[in-house]
Parts: sequence; structure tokens; C-alpha cells
Amino acid sequence: MNDEKNTAVITVLGQDRVGIIAGVANLLAEYDINIINISQTIMDDLFTMIMLVELRDIKIEESDLSERLKTLGDDLGVKITIQHTGLFNAMHRI
Amino acid sequence: MINENEILETMEMFSNQHLDIRTITMGISLMDCAASSVEESCNKIYDKICRYAGRLVEVGDEISRKYNIPIIHKRISVTPVSIVAAACGATDYTPFAKALDKAAVDCGVNFIGGFSALVHKGYTNSDKNLIESIPEALASTEFVCSSVNLASSRTGINMDAVRDMGRIIKATADRTADTGALGCAKLVVFANAPEDNPFMAGAFLGPGEPECVINVGISGPGVVKHALEKVRGEDLGVVAETIKKAAFKITRVGELVANEASDRLGVPFGIIDLSLAPTPAVGDSVARLLEEFGLEECGTWGTTAALAMLNDAVKKGGIMASSSVGGLSGAFIPVSEDEGMIAAAMSGGLKLEKLEAMTCVCSVGLDMIAVPGDTTAETISGIIADEMALGTFNNKTTAVRIIPVPGKGVGETVEFGGLLGTAPIMEVNKKSCADFINRGGRIPAPIHSFKN
Repeated sequence: MNDEKNTAVITVLGQDRVGIIAGVANLLAEYDINIINISQTIMDDLFTMIMLVELRDIKIEESDLSERLKTLGDDLGVKITIQHTGLFNAMHRI
Repeated sequence: MINENEILETMEMFSNQHLDIRTITMGISLMDCAASSVEESCNKIYDKICRYAGRLVEVGDEISRKYNIPIIHKRISVTPVSIVAAACGATDYTPFAKALDKAAVDCGVNFIGGFSALVHKGYTNSDKNLIESIPEALASTEFVCSSVNLASSRTGINMDAVRDMGRIIKATADRTADTGALGCAKLVVFANAPEDNPFMAGAFLGPGEPECVINVGISGPGVVKHALEKVRGEDLGVVAETIKKAAFKITRVGELVANEASDRLGVPFGIIDLSLAPTPAVGDSVARLLEEFGLEECGTWGTTAALAMLNDAVKKGGIMASSSVGGLSGAFIPVSEDEGMIAAAMSGGLKLEKLEAMTCVCSVGLDMIAVPGDTTAETISGIIADEMALGTFNNKTTAVRIIPVPGKGVGETVEFGGLLGTAPIMEVNKKSCADFINRGGRIPAPIHSFKN
């Protein structure tokens, strides 16, 4: 995946159901957030989606976005987390 | 390029393995707050802390949301008050503690450290005033932490101060008896105290530190334990490697947060403290981590060896990850704050003498130990003297945070709540050391050669 400076990773974990990707993508579109990459798998019956998004020129505060995604996750019965890409680069790269 | 496994591993660390940033601590120099009256000095102290740390909590919360990392505490450490208050002309320093407490409340931090004195070679008049003010200061404030450095490898052990602190700890316990001697949980004595420690109760900003600085304390015994669960049965070389890798990742999170906090607050980044700090939560215990090495219960034979290796491997991994390692940096073994330690102490397997041995190889010392309320001041001084000797003669930091709980005896427990946890009252050797303690004077500095 791309590790451009102002990007974030959105992860969705939970029970698979109709409309998870649509729900997340709609919310992101609402705030002009560009999706750079998506991967999705079912691991041990657990729906796992990892999405890389661009945070430049978005129409929402980052902290509000985190709250909105959390609420959406509650509605869809999944856990949605957004974390700035810098975290993963710091932890996993020398 | 980040791969999916790394992302999921990271998620797992934060959600199920209790990885967190334990504290962002802002160090603030109060050197320019000295004044010829208590009132003027206290006003200066309050104003300066609020000016520098007013945005600390807000910034900590912003960073926490950006990376989805729990940042448990935002705290403040200040110049030892005995230095700042020296010119004020008063002998009771309680108003200084109250000024610190008020600043802590108004900045929204949950502890402020620095009601402190450095007396490893001797007392100034101001040091004496501060030490005598400790019981009242801790009883009349909520968020102030106090520490006294009693010994160093260069100067030896100030045994007058060791004697006095036994008495002060007892007095603090009596003054805060209604809360299970909670005051003693906010009071720690040191040998070789680090000047940049972000962890309470021992945080203060040493005289060699800058005007204002951000120090970060990381945690993560749960992450290391989880990593070790994957290498069960492998030899200890593999265990050491595994700990180093986990420590590397944890430290990098700390450095990321420290740099970000430093940028946002416009304050230089000082150090990362690499300590494995437990909490009473299940899955966040250093004792359970030691048991993962293959010990039936923390405190049994092999515990000291396992702890020595753990402590060393954490440092090696962390030092590779950051060039700004400082503070205490090691594994903490506070009894009341660690679910596994509480269990081992309650079962009788973990004794004070074994804990003392463990402090020879880890940071920091006899920490959050509850003892019977009838333990004498001299015995407490004796326990402190032994711990000071371990630090002084082995060139390391050691500390004692001991709580003689009024009215309680062995077999009972005391509940402090929150991260301070629950402490089982531990048995203490009752043979007297009073004549030794009452000699006073100084134990000379150890020789720094002929080491055997």
C-alpha cells in the first residue's frame, strides 16, 4: 500500500453483512475523502476490510471523522477504526 | 509499504493487549518562580504552570484520536520545590503544594510531581523545611506527588535523611489514615533519581533540565506477554529476541507520540521512558509476563533471572528504536498495581525479601508495598537503607514507595482504587534495626573500581 504522508488506514472488523463497504464509502464520499486502496477478506468468519484513504483537503475534522466512523460501525455491528499511516510506519519500519 | 498483517497486528496490540502510552509528562522549570514571599512565589508557580501546560491535555487527546492510541495520563513535573522555595522565608511549604494542586486541577492533569528535595549528600535548610512539610502537603492536596533523593553512587547514602524519611512516611500514613494511607502512595524515596523521569510518584524536573520539555512514558507488558506466548518452549535466546522486537515497536509508538506532542505544543522533546508499567487490569501484568517464562508463580526461584533478562531485552529493543531513551526505563514491579503481583503476594509466594532481590535487576524498587500499620519508623528506614544500598552500590536507580497502613495487619488488604489498585499487607521482619538507623551520618560512596 501507499504510505504517502497525509493518509490514514481504516480497518473494519466484524460479522459480514450486506452494505458494510457501501456504508463506509458513502460516509467518506460525503466529506470528499478519496479512497486510495481497499482490500477485503473473510478470516475465520471475521469480515476484515483495510482501506487506505487520503486526508488532504477533506471537509471534516480528523477527530470528528473518527467519531463518525465509530458511530457508523455501531450501526453496522462492526468495529471501525481510523489511524494515521504514520503509526504503522513508525512501528514496523526501521 | 505496510502490509495487512502489520495493520492487524497493530490493531490487536491496542485492542486486546493493552498497549498504550502511559503518560505524556510536561517538565516545567520553576527556577524563575523564586520570590521573597510565599504568596508571590506561589502565584508565579501557578501562573507559569498554567501558561505552559494549559493545552497539554487537549493536545494529548488530539494525538490519541489521530492515531487511535490510548494516552492514559497527561502529567506535569516541576523543579524540586525545595530549590524554588528556598528564598521565601517560611518554614511550612504546604502552600506550595496547594499551588501545584490548583495548577494541576486547572490544567486537567491527574498528577503533578516535584514536591521534592535532593539530599543525597546533605540538607539545606530549605530541604529540611520541605521534608517536614510532606505529611501535611500530601494530606491537604489531591494530585501532588512528592519524592526525595536520599543517595547516589557518587556521594553515598545520607543516613540522616533515611532516618527522617521513615518518620515522615509514618506521619504521612497517620495524616491520611482515613484513605488507607493514600498519601504514602504519592511519596517515593530514591537512590540515583533520574532527572527526566515522566512516571509518578517520582517525577520531577532536575536542575540540569531545560526550561520546558516533553517526556513520554510507554507501557505494554501485555504486548510482550502476548509475543512470548507464541514462542512457548523455545530457548531463552529466542525469548530475548522476541522481547526486543516487541519493545522496539512499543518504543516507536512512544517516539511518534512524543514528537507529535512536542511539535504541537512547541516544546522540545526530551526522552522516552521505556518502562513496562503494569496496571491492575487483567492482561497488563508484569508478574504474568514473568510467569510466561515458565514460572508457576511470580516470586518463585527463577523470577530474578527472568526479570533481569526481561529488563535488559526491553532496553536493547527500545534503544534501537529511539535515540532519546531516558528516565527509569525498565520493568516496574509495583505490587498493588499489578494483578499478578497481587495474586502472588496474597498466596504468600511473593515476599518482601524476594521483591528486594528483584529490585537488583529492574527499575525501580520496592514499589506500592503495603505493610502493617504497627511497622516502626526505624524499620521503614531500615527497608529504605537496604534499597538505597542496592542502588548506590550497583550504580542504578532504586526507590521505595511503602505504605504502613494504620490499623491493618498481615492478611488484610487496602484498596486505593483506579491505577493504584489493591495492596495486600505484607509481612515485615520485626527484629529491630533502630540502633543502626539512629546512628545517622553518611554511608560513604562506594569504590568505583575493584568490582567483584
